[in-house]
Amino acid sequence: MKYKSQKVAYWFFAFSMLLLVLQITYGFIMGFARIGFDGLHEFIPFNTARAVHTNLLVVWLLSGFMGAAYYIIPEEAQRELVSVKWAYVQLISLAVVGVAAVIGYHFNWWEGRKFLEIPRQLDYLVVVNVLLFLGLILATLFKGKRKTTTALVLTMGLLFAALLYLPGMLPFDSQVTDSFFRWWVVHLWVEGVWELIMGGILSFLLIKLTGVDREVIEKWLYVIVGLTFLSGILGTGHHYYYIGVNNIWLIVGGIFSALEPLAFLAMALFAVNMYRKGEKKHPNKIALFWTLGSAIVSFVGAGLLGFAHTLPQTNLYTHGTLVTAMHGHLAFWGAYAMIVLAIISYALPNMTGRKLYDSSVGRAAFWMANVGMIGMTVAFGVAGVAQVYLERKFKMDFMEVQAEISIHFVVLILCATLFTVGIIMYIMDFIKHGKPTDEELDLESDL
Amino acid sequence: MLSKKQARAFFLGGTVVTFLIFIGLTIFSLSKGQDQTNHEGITEQVVRGKVLWEENNCMGCHTILGEGAYYAPELTKVLDRRGEGYVKAVLMSPVPWNPNGRQMVAYGFTKEEADDLIAFFDWIGGIDLNGFDTVVSPLAKDKIERQTKN
Ligand code: HEM
Ligand code: HEM
Ligand SMILES: [Fe+2]
Repeated sequence: MKYKSQKVAYWFFAFSMLLLVLQITYGFIMGFARIGFDGLHEFIPFNTARAVHTNLLVVWLLSGFMGAAYYIIPEEAQRELVSVKWAYVQLISLAVVGVAAVIGYHFNWWEGRKFLEIPRQLDYLVVVNVLLFLGLILATLFKGKRKTTTALVLTMGLLFAALLYLPGMLPFDSQVTDSFFRWWVVHLWVEGVWELIMGGILSFLLIKLTGVDREVIEKWLYVIVGLTFLSGILGTGHHYYYIGVNNIWLIVGGIFSALEPLAFLAMALFAVNMYRKGEKKHPNKIALFWTLGSAIVSFVGAGLLGFAHTLPQTNLYTHGTLVTAMHGHLAFWGAYAMIVLAIISYALPNMTGRKLYDSSVGRAAFWMANVGMIGMTVAFGVAGVAQVYLERKFKMDFMEVQAEISIHFVVLILCATLFTVGIIMYIMDFIKHGKPTDEELDLESDL
Repeated sequence: MLSKKQARAFFLGGTVVTFLIFIGLTIFSLSKGQDQTNHEGITEQVVRGKVLWEENNCMGCHTILGEGAYYAPELTKVLDRRGEGYVKAVLMSPVPWNPNGRQMVAYGFTKEEADDLIAFFDWIGGIDLNGFDTVVSPLAKDKIERQTKN
């Protein structure tokens, strides 16, 4: 840690971990409801559990990205954050919005628009919160001594993510137009600007962990984010095939979304090659595991499993089935959850001074969480493919099919338990690091 | 070998070009001539139905146009499949609807509210979905044909 103000990142990371635990809890509520244990129905019906599960996911990832920015930007810009006090105010307001939204979901206070359930009144608070965050980051960057490509790409990702929240707030009378612009947020986030955030964090971590020359790493960073936008923007069309708009999207969306895996492939090759090339072997092995793991698992979850249902001929049958849930889990996990866990694993020892670089708990956490999540993906996948055949090829009734596939949700719950043990071990390691301290200021070394 | 400058030009160029095409296609496919949704057919009642659909987060269990959750049946063609009377009974039921063991929230909608939602489903059911309407579960038209034959 080179600047005292980097310590604010710790509290964003801690908030992130708290929400992750809650997200998983609501995941279990849904998993059990699907095998017939629906005892909480009166207080937490499935739609409440689902809105909480997916929104907490987005908020803990955003809190992780914000923490990452508060840690990375001062170090890249070579100056203290412009204001630590306002950064804490921003964290508190983020927590207030998040908690208010989650409580509201239990009392039918929401907008039933998948992933964007936050009610309009709270949307304005989100905007204020994000403006405050961006103000702090941009001011630090522009007053800083240098503007690196890593910092610029990370900041650009965060800025565009904020701008893209706005089309989601436009009101429409037509369900079709509503959904059309909902994808400007959801798709252009995860298959566009969030990849810039991921790329920025990945590049920072690779520079630190492998010691490969910054110029080389940042050149490839441009190539990766170039591939992302080149394919991802028009790739939005893969959500427009069957929602009631012109069939030109079948061609445009089909071609461009089929190219999207290239960006993830590039990310994986990039990370592995830089690791091989690197002279310096940073002692923080756990951070290295999560960093390389994120680049590789995101290629499998987003790239391969995304490709599996992105062609219009396949999507005609898989659209809106559990096949989508299979892909959604591994893609979010590999690309965004793992990169947040990577930057946390890297930053914690530097902020707290406890160098738990290679603990056995940390290693076990990595493997259990990943094996568990891959198992969950397989369970969703088998259920999804069976659903597609029975329901859409053989025309069985929806609920009859659900009864046929419920056994796969028993498997899902077993794998989710393994996953959860991994996450609990990760959090135990987090807590063991203790609190951040100024004694860890270290201007000389490049760790 | 590729220089950093060239890499940056690739990023900026690709982004600007695809973004402009994307905006162009958006304007084209939302233009009046390309409407596949019978946009004129969106009456005040349909809009009220959509508001109810959103306020109660029906999409948190069901899919519509293939979007939403995978816990409860796809509702795009629900009127063709079940008929208006059945759907109304579900919507107005004061106890959780659960013919197959899986419970729906007991909304107990008034008759007016149920009618609004029916109008919304009716409008949705008429959208040209580029072929998805023939696949979506279970094939509504087939099922009706089978029933009339029996
Ligand atoms: C990290 C990147 C990605 C994440 C986090 C992600 C996540 C998701 C999620 C959560 C959904 C469900 C959305 C909804 O129904 O509201 C979805 C749908 C979809 N994704 Fe991705 N995705 C990623 C990358 C990709 C890529 C690279 C491709 C294609 C190669 C792809 C193809 C698709 C398709 C075709 C659907 C629509 C499924 C349907 O019709 O039901 N995704 N994705
Ligand atoms: C204990 C672990 C978990 C369990 C049991 C679980 C279970 C579920 C279930 C049952 C659904 C609803 C599917 C439906 O509509 O029927 C769901 C949705 C979702 N979960 Fe999880 N989940 C878990 C962890 C996670 C994690 C760690 C992530 C992200 C990294 C995640 C991301 C998502 C996403 C993105 C969706 C929406 C998918 C879509 O709409 O296609 N979940 N989860
Ligand atoms: Fe997408």
